[in-house]
Amino acid sequence: MLVTLTTTRPPATDLGFLLHKNPARAQQVEVSTGTAHVFYPEATDQRCTVALLLEVDPVGLVRTARAGGTEGAALAQYVNDRPYAASSLLAVALGKAFASARRGVSRERPELVDVALPLEVHVPALSCRGGAEMAHRFFAPLGWRVEATAVPLDEAVPGWGDSRYVDLRLTGDLRLADALNQLYVALPVLDDAKHHWIGADEVEKLLRAGSGWLAAHPDRELITRRYLKHRATLTRRAIERLAEVDDAEPDALDDATAPPVTAAGGPGGADVDADAAADADVDADRPLPLALQRHGAVLAALRSAGAQRVVDLGCGAGALLPALLAEPTFTEVLGVDVSARALEVAARRLRLDRMPERQRARVRLLQSGLTYTDARLRGYDAAVLVEVVEHLDPDRLPALEHAVFGAAAPATVVVTTPNVEFNVRYTDLPAGAFRHRDHRFEWTRAEFSGWATAVGERYGYAVRLLGVGTEDPEVGSPSQLAVFTRGAGEVAG
Amino acid sequence: MTDGPRTLVVPDLSLVVLIGVSGSGKSTFARRHFASTQVLSSDACRGLVADDENDQSATPEAFALLHHIAGIRLRAGRLTVVDATNVKAEDRASLVRLAREHDVLPVAIVLDVPEAECLARNAARPDRDLAPGVVRRQRADLRRGLRGLSREGFRKVHVLGPDDVERAVIGYEKQYNDRREDTGPFDVVGDVHGCRAELEELLGELGYELHRDERGRAVDAVHPAGRRAVFVGDLVDRGPDSPGVLRLVMGMVAAGHALCVPGNHENKLVRALRGRDVQVTHGLERTLTQLEEEHQDFRREVEEFCAGLVSHYVLDGGALVVAHAGLTERLQGRSSARVRSFALYGDTTGETDEFGLPVRYPWAQEYRGRAMVLYGHTPVPTPEWVNNTLCLDTGCVFGGRLTALRYPERELVGVPARQTYYDPARPFLPAEGTAPPAGARPDGVLDVDDVLGKRVVETRLAGRVTVREENAAAALEVMSRFAVAPEQLLYLPPTMSPSATSSRPGLLEHPTEAFAHYRGEGVAEVVCQEKHMGSRAVALVRRDGSGVLHTRTGRSFFGGDLTAAFTARLSAAAERSGLFDELGTDWLLLDAELLPWSAKAGDLVRSQYAAVGAAARAALPAAVAALEAAAGRGLEVGDLLDRQRRRAGDAAAFTEVYRRYCWPTDGLAGVSCAPFQLLATAGTTYADRPHAWHLSLADRLAGADPELVRATRSLAVDLGDPAGEAAATAWWEELTAAGGEGVVVKPAANLTRGRRGYAQPGLKVRGREYLRLVYGPDYTEPRHLDRLRERSLGRKRGLALREYALGQEGLERLARGEPLWRVHECVFAVLALESEPVDPRL
Repeated sequence: MLVTLTTTRPPATDLGFLLHKNPARAQQVEVSTGTAHVFYPEATDQRCTVALLLEVDPVGLVRTARAGGTEGAALAQYVNDRPYAASSLLAVALGKAFASARRGVSRERPELVDVALPLEVHVPALSCRGGAEMAHRFFAPLGWRVEATAVPLDEAVPGWGDSRYVDLRLTGDLRLADALNQLYVALPVLDDAKHHWIGADEVEKLLRAGSGWLAAHPDRELITRRYLKHRATLTRRAIERLAEVDDAEPDALDDATAPPVTAAGGPGGADVDADAAADADVDADRPLPLALQRHGAVLAALRSAGAQRVVDLGCGAGALLPALLAEPTFTEVLGVDVSARALEVAARRLRLDRMPERQRARVRLLQSGLTYTDARLRGYDAAVLVEVVEHLDPDRLPALEHAVFGAAAPATVVVTTPNVEFNVRYTDLPAGAFRHRDHRFEWTRAEFSGWATAVGERYGYAVRLLGVGTEDPEVGSPSQLAVFTRGAGEVAG
Repeated sequence: MTDGPRTLVVPDLSLVVLIGVSGSGKSTFARRHFASTQVLSSDACRGLVADDENDQSATPEAFALLHHIAGIRLRAGRLTVVDATNVKAEDRASLVRLAREHDVLPVAIVLDVPEAECLARNAARPDRDLAPGVVRRQRADLRRGLRGLSREGFRKVHVLGPDDVERAVIGYEKQYNDRREDTGPFDVVGDVHGCRAELEELLGELGYELHRDERGRAVDAVHPAGRRAVFVGDLVDRGPDSPGVLRLVMGMVAAGHALCVPGNHENKLVRALRGRDVQVTHGLERTLTQLEEEHQDFRREVEEFCAGLVSHYVLDGGALVVAHAGLTERLQGRSSARVRSFALYGDTTGETDEFGLPVRYPWAQEYRGRAMVLYGHTPVPTPEWVNNTLCLDTGCVFGGRLTALRYPERELVGVPARQTYYDPARPFLPAEGTAPPAGARPDGVLDVDDVLGKRVVETRLAGRVTVREENAAAALEVMSRFAVAPEQLLYLPPTMSPSATSSRPGLLEHPTEAFAHYRGEGVAEVVCQEKHMGSRAVALVRRDGSGVLHTRTGRSFFGGDLTAAFTARLSAAAERSGLFDELGTDWLLLDAELLPWSAKAGDLVRSQYAAVGAAARAALPAAVAALEAAAGRGLEVGDLLDRQRRRAGDAAAFTEVYRRYCWPTDGLAGVSCAPFQLLATAGTTYADRPHAWHLSLADRLAGADPELVRATRSLAVDLGDPAGEAAATAWWEELTAAGGEGVVVKPAANLTRGRRGYAQPGLKVRGREYLRLVYGPDYTEPRHLDRLRERSLGRKRGLALREYALGQEGLERLARGEPLWRVHECVFAVLALESEPVDPRL
């Protein structure tokens, strides 16, 4: 919450005229999150420094951010670094305290407005995701010499390493207005916090301050993405509160739509892009990303089974649903996931609210847990479990088997899961690591085949096993698929 | 013709269909004999859908509404009367169908009133403007249908002529299956299948005295204490002496010493005896041959007896249902062909298995009814409770056993078969060394309907506890994806409220308010327990060393190996302290705190708490230096400078607090566990034991493994003694000054009734320094503290009590041996309530 700015161009005290703030007095500016103090620790002809200190009101902060009282706020909103670290809050204060200077207006010294001044900036605690390197990436292209030192998390516990804060010093010859606008944008972008803690209109203003220099910045895409990614989420989800009960991070239990670590794993809702990127590592000539190949294999299995009414169990954010809906032979498509939020995302992606009535009647989404039996899942021709089983602890699998093969008991069940043997072909995957951080296990071909055969015998399904993706002579295909057919007699190879 | 009243017999659960032309007086009749809420009138429904009771164009919609309401009422088991002309066969057919869909009996009451009378009535009603000839046509329809009403499916038909209408009274009749007033005790006997010798032996085992006729044949059995036998059916076929079994059972039933429901074999026997074309297989051939030896009078008695058996019985106030093949809750106490078919054959899927036997749907796995269901039909190696249902057919005729259950004692009594009388089509005893048929996880099957949606859980301590739909949705995700398996997740700890806010300077919480709270609840003695700052944990520890250790949301604390090491150590400690033997159990469920805090919360400590300290330490000295320079220039920044210096001190204090709760661990080295309550052991809960008892157990565990188990210090306080309170307060001050989190104040007796309902199980009183972690480093600044005092505790208190009641309810259900879903329902509800929005700082 502190930033200082120094010029050494004599008479340095002209800085006061440029900032419209008299060096002889300490001044206050009220902002929504507290009080901004402007004062000059030094003011000589040779050297003049202005300090902006934002005193955040931590109790008021939560109330402002919530706008509807404190109910449902997270503990993290009460105990956080906002009163100390330079972030969007300081940017807002800076914007307000030095509004004219940012616009490049000075009544007393208009001739200095467009002069590049020798400037020094000091931000002792800059919240900076990506550390010192990110600070360099942001400021160096703008003409600054950058000195960024990481702040240790806790000197008493060296094992914890560095914090996300850097002590930032910038020196360079720039127009004052440019320097201010760059700081104004840099603070929230580098912070990259989940919540801006400020209103949406403030975010708009921040964006506008980038005009002129942002377009030429080599990292402009990253900068704008970081901006737009985080919109103020004022309502917390019930599930985040459960994470808090366990002293876990808010998203620890809310990763149902998280992308895979790498490669071809991931939940049903994994981004096709991620698969595609991973595939590119393996074989640049391959025509189709693995996720699409997997979908193709699943659709082929459903077609050959003659299925019309299909359940996508563990549909996640609905990666497979559009493909199912695109085929008129599937007269009814039911997407099921345990995450209510994943289903919200799926509904948005499918544009359910805008779907024509006839089309809309073919698709339904519902929340259910696959370790629980569910009468609503009975009576379908086929069920698919695309990259789902590996997200369950092994001791929960019997419950899933019973719920799917015993209780729902569709005529056909299609299961896909990663082939762990193939993991050695993913260059970006550390040895022994799984493809998604939520994977509880990944099976070899023999393990999958053993499981599928046992389940088939137990519940009266014949099993056919296939590989998905280009087969490697040593380690097989990246993904594996089993088609279970009810009451089809002997188990097929 | 007499003038006395004429009684119309109506089953107490039925769909009564009034039949009569317009103006025949149906509405008046309905008003006189039934409650207005029982009567659904087509006129009224026309009004509801079209704002005009006489708008004939609204008839289809009006009937749709009528059927809808009737369906809802019948589903709930409420007698319903339909007031419409119903003179057309197709109108009646749809009502008969509706009754059957809900497994209730349709009853017809016909008002056969002369045309002239009807016309006169209609003429007197200005709102009714019927076209000429309507009444005549209706009458013609009515007369045509009159004789066929029974054939249409009406189980009772009452036709009232003009003179009968005034004299009619309704006489309610119980369903045959309704024996709720009969409270037992009973001995419920499984499938006998002609095994007379074993039956006689079993009755002897059960304490019955056999009565024999002059030829030495058993014809009755009497229990000296007045107990009665209930036979689940399949008395006959396959075995050596079906007539002997029938003679004994028929004698017992006739003498009032037994009840009997029919099995599918009795059903088929009746048809065979009546000369119907049945396949003489599955042992029927033996019965028929044996019956050939009997006198034809006996054969006739057998036919009458078997034909007269009632599909199932509802007994003991509805707590017990006996049916041959079981019965789902929806069909209990109902009457229809479907009920009979289910009771006789079970829930068949229509498919056959590899042995040519019908595939049965495992209805018991989904059974959620209140009544215990006892049944037979499918031979099982040993009876196993599945969701409060029990199959008593242990395959006596196949060389198994003949089994009975004493009710209400729930004790099994059995005798072995003397030989294998018949080879089963499908082997029913598992081959040596093979696992039970896979896919059979009867009691462990949970259904989403057990947890999802808005739910109300009945608890002993707090009555009905409601869970909101969105909270259940959040809990489903966490439960399914992260929690340990439900069979191992027997309890989740409730949230705990802090004491009321203190008004002492510089403090938010102080023991005085906790003492005052309990004094106000009429509690005489409390105990202050040291609060360990770690993570709440529940440990299930089995005697064999296995077990689980999970968090407040049911997630496993450690990976598999570390968990195993932990539970093995704790199990060994419990063994050394003699707890398993003393408590007569092979498992313990412990409520505990696991330390250090950083063991579980490490990520959060670094990303949130340490980060705040780091930012503060980087920012504040720079701010102080800048302000000192400005002050040196003579600027007026004194107050601001003081504040920044104080804040630097607060930030340092904050850092000190979290550092105290963090230390490195390696495997179990550095980890310790402080149990403070024994939640349950096999068959027992302990909420009624004083806390001193619980802590003495914990002390013994700590004595047995001091490295792993940490004792919890405590101090008893007599709330009538100010000196005791002062001593406890001094102790709290000492603890919190040394960096302790604080204490929890609990009623010394444990579960305690307060002035209104049960008292809070505990109130936490946290120390001034510790609360920096909760309210922020600077919360002690007077301007912050004054605002923070405005916190409101009502919701937190209510939540704490509801979650506590749910937790105890789950433990009590577990102790009673109730099905998994009943326990899981409570555990799940606690998790769901934990996602309620409540100020997390409380």
